Amino acid sequence: HQVICWRAVASIAWAVLLLPPITLVFVIISKFSFLHPIQTISECLYLLTSASGIFSFILLCGVILIVGFLHLEYYTVIPTIACSKIALLGQLLHPRHFINSLVHCFMGVIVAWCCAVTMGLRYETLGYPCTESDGHPQMCLNEYHLILLLAGAFVGFSHSLLGVIYNMNYVSFHTVQQYKYLRFKRCLPLVVKCSATQALYSVRNYIVMYLFLGKCPFFMNKMLVAQPIHLLTALNNFFQIDYSVHPLDSIAGLLDLSLLYHLWSSATFLLLTWNITLLLFRIFVTEVYSFPVQSSFTEDSHQCLPKVLTEKQPMILKFLALQDLALLSQHSPSRRCEVFSLSQPGGHPHNWNAISKECLSLLTDLTQRLVAYHDTVATNGRAKSLSSGKDLMSPRPVFLMKTPASVFARSVAGTPQSPLTSLFTPDLDSPFASPALRRLTAPVDQCSPWYGTVQSPHIMRRAPKLWSTSTGEVEFQKSNISFSTHRSSNIQVLSNEVLPEASSQALFADSQAHIWALEGLSYLVQASFSEDQFGVVQTTLPSILSCMLVLQEAVDRHFKLPHASSKPVRSTSSMGDSTYKTLRFALRATLKTAIYRITTTFGDHLNAVQISAEHRKRLQQFLEYKE
Amino acid sequence: MCSLALFPPPLPSGQTTLCESNNELLSGASTEDRLKQESSPLSLHFPRESLKLHSRTESSSKAAFLDHSETLWMRSAAAWRDGGFTGLLNEITNSHTEVPKWLSMSSGCILALLRWVSSFHGSLFPHLTLSSEDMIAEFSQVLNWSDCVVRAFAWHPHTDKFAVALLDDSIKIYNPKSATTPTLKHRLQRSVAAVQWKPLCASALAVACQNCLLVWHVDPCSLSTRPSSGCAQVLSHPGHSPVTSIAWSPSGSLLLSASPMDSTMMVWDVAAESCVPLQRVGGGGVSFLSWSPDGSHVLASTPSALFRVWETRMWTCERWPCVKGRCQSGCWSPDGSRLLFTVQGEMVIYALTFTDAPGQLSHSGPQAAAVVADLSETTFSTPDGDIVVGGEIQSLVWDPRGERLAVLLKGDPQAADRPAIIAVFKTRANPIFELLPCGFVQGEAGAEPRLMQFHPNFQHGALLTVCWSNGRITHVPFYFVSAGVPHFGLSGSPLLPHPQQRPADFVNQSQHHHL
Repeated sequence: HQVICWRAVASIAWAVLLLPPITLVFVIISKFSFLHPIQTISECLYLLTSASGIFSFILLCGVILIVGFLHLEYYTVIPTIACSKIALLGQLLHPRHFINSLVHCFMGVIVAWCCAVTMGLRYETLGYPCTESDGHPQMCLNEYHLILLLAGAFVGFSHSLLGVIYNMNYVSFHTVQQYKYLRFKRCLPLVVKCSATQALYSVRNYIVMYLFLGKCPFFMNKMLVAQPIHLLTALNNFFQIDYSVHPLDSIAGLLDLSLLYHLWSSATFLLLTWNITLLLFRIFVTEVYSFPVQSSFTEDSHQCLPKVLTEKQPMILKFLALQDLALLSQHSPSRRCEVFSLSQPGGHPHNWNAISKECLSLLTDLTQRLVAYHDTVATNGRAKSLSSGKDLMSPRPVFLMKTPASVFARSVAGTPQSPLTSLFTPDLDSPFASPALRRLTAPVDQCSPWYGTVQSPHIMRRAPKLWSTSTGEVEFQKSNISFSTHRSSNIQVLSNEVLPEASSQALFADSQAHIWALEGLSYLVQASFSEDQFGVVQTTLPSILSCMLVLQEAVDRHFKLPHASSKPVRSTSSMGDSTYKTLRFALRATLKTAIYRITTTFGDHLNAVQISAEHRKRLQQFLEYKE
Repeated sequence: MCSLALFPPPLPSGQTTLCESNNELLSGASTEDRLKQESSPLSLHFPRESLKLHSRTESSSKAAFLDHSETLWMRSAAAWRDGGFTGLLNEITNSHTEVPKWLSMSSGCILALLRWVSSFHGSLFPHLTLSSEDMIAEFSQVLNWSDCVVRAFAWHPHTDKFAVALLDDSIKIYNPKSATTPTLKHRLQRSVAAVQWKPLCASALAVACQNCLLVWHVDPCSLSTRPSSGCAQVLSHPGHSPVTSIAWSPSGSLLLSASPMDSTMMVWDVAAESCVPLQRVGGGGVSFLSWSPDGSHVLASTPSALFRVWETRMWTCERWPCVKGRCQSGCWSPDGSRLLFTVQGEMVIYALTFTDAPGQLSHSGPQAAAVVADLSETTFSTPDGDIVVGGEIQSLVWDPRGERLAVLLKGDPQAADRPAIIAVFKTRANPIFELLPCGFVQGEAGAEPRLMQFHPNFQHGALLTVCWSNGRITHVPFYFVSAGVPHFGLSGSPLLPHPQQRPADFVNQSQHHHL
């Protein structure tokens, strides 16, 4: 566990170390003018040595630290996959994520303030001296400063929302091992590109929002006048708005190119520093860690591979141990030898037993999950299925996942129907009005954490904003309509909009572990053909083979379902890691390869292995290369 | 060091090489043996006339339609879609009547600047100016690729089936145990440069095409003769075309692809359709890949005088600059400890030995390559006149047991007395590594060898499959007893059908030899 913490600290330290060059680039970009290159340089130098510059830099370091610790707190190796839009909304409004969003929002303001100080000129302060019409000198509100701060808040907030939607906290492991520096070098251009485009979209959305809601500061001003509290009145008097200058909430005011450029560059700066912190965190945390297979000291035994494998928490350690197992079984004969060795007094193959048992239990778990899911889908939408499905799912250990309920919700509401038609004919002729279905959807909704808050104005405000950023105007209107019409049909309409193939993704969300277990087992069995001196593998070979064959059958059946074999759209231009979307294909390929690896190695010797006739038939197919 | 002067003289014309038995190559007159060979299900003949070739490429179909004037915006959008930034600039420059003068002027200037820069880049790496067909022909392992009926060939690593890519951009899969011969066609499957079966899998076939990489999944139990294009995964990456070389990892998990236009080498996770680009500065591209059979190293040669040897655990590489030309071909010994390669412009075979464990490659690897064979031109006198054999090498293949090495010599297509020919060496690793002469493999009169590959698990020695310029595919067995320890893990493959199709006395002889 300490290892993970040290890795996180190292990644944060690197992120802080990378901050000065990024800031320098940002300063140069924001100050650059073609006409006065020398003046640019002198201004930059002056800024970097000034007290405010140093202070804002320290603030930025603090922000990076907080972002880094948030990553450590929120990262996951098993993505949470929302099977419907309503589940997604539930995730977004989960208090945990909500706090995360608020913190990001706040940090966005801080970074924006630092940017404002750095850019100087008209952005520098919140107030500026002006004279009222009667010649009375006063402080006025600098809207340029305000717009920048609000932009920071908006970008930070939308960043964290998008993070939830795209599973940005998901840490994926790579099939290709590379040194950290090379990996970072490879990803850096991608991160810069992502940050720039994301900043562009955020700024666009922000501008649109500001255009509509830009009057708010003025209203606030007016409201403050009515307040009797002295402090606020003082504040109000302090910041008088200078109405003579061009108001920024008009189209003409917002079409100021220099303003747009500065907004975009500071948003890019903000996103870039955060994304680099995220990237470094991912790279450091997923680095291969070599666990000792066995230790000669008993106090170290809890750090050994068989022990770590069997532990449930934290998940990342289990994943690292499985990754290490897969690699050692491929590449290191000396460590394989330790796996096959017998314990000194007693002569029991404890290492192999622990490893194979854990891998097999992982695979069996996946098989059961697939079978249960398939049964539920097969009896599509009948009341019996859900209850039996729930019974099957409930005893499963915490190892997985927050979404089984939503998986079943998807299977229930699987009928494709255009949401708009169901909107205008909400109750009578829509298939969702059937009482059985009501009964089915109700428990799911009650389980979800946001139940009961749907009708609050809270959502009414947030939902359109969120969706307009993600899918555009149509969603905006649709959600408005849906909220204004039937409240009861709301839930159904939303839960009907199942994200395609999400349930299949959710089933295989943790399949990276299974992939490693398959690789580790098959390589170890392959190596045992020539390296296993005591025959420890032979005793478990029948169970390994039958486990793999049963899983193969379940996977084959699963891929016959609609949606299961459709490929997700590849999205390359986002920081979110979409590896989890294709894990099921990877699992299928790895499973086949693993069985072939064993059959190719053992060949006809497999006929001597005790397995059931049905499995033998299946195995014969593999021996003849007909799968 | 072995040289061609030690070889037995080539056969007179009309004789073809049949097999190796009792340590010598046996030949036969072609007519009688051709009949025998034709009866074998795996010996194929693709006459050029039987193939339906594309009369014109897709882009030229524009001329068949009437000219239709669109607005400038539409044309610009189309140009952006088809030709990217340069296409857009071209369009703006060409339609100078409709756009403001300053715009057409400036786009013309930018275009000229881009061309100048690219010509500068092209003068550094001359191969970048080639068209993509020419580039495949230049860097392919196939001799005279553009004129070849059989453009690529691949044995399945575990069973007796193989895939043949033909001049008409189709791929046929032959399996002696099944009556169906699936034909694979795909819209994107053009100018196939290489095909390779995925190891530890019955169905996946990777195809290197002009613009992308296709991975076909051909169900071996299916009776369909035309699998739909839905069975193919398309893997593409911007800038990564044409793909001239592919290599599966021996464990079947990863696929490498390389293009001479792209200095990055792609490591594909095929199931996830994701790739990791591995980039190193220098070389101007990657032209040829070869994964060592034990999976620890990858040879990646570049179009300039430089090749790299990657180790596959952490994907770091060693640079090997050559003196004369680029690395044309290379092959690994079965245990992955020795690399043989040839350099364009030189007539020798070099060897590199990797003795240490993977991971420490960069510290104590070999310091320089050793010359193990000299293939400079040698004149043999035959009844038909003098024949000059030797010269530059097109490709090298080593059989999976590491006992026979086949070398395809380019020859000179203009001169009649300098034919392209396959020279086969015996290889011996102990006590020192050396190559010993075995003989030349020749086909019918007038047929040149174009492409060759060893069968991955032939029980009685080695089986060399040769594709000839007349569209014929023949198999030449080499019967010998392996000197090294028998290989584990290859017993899964059933016995080959070939021994029955050979003249029976050869079998007897070879078995005699075993005893």
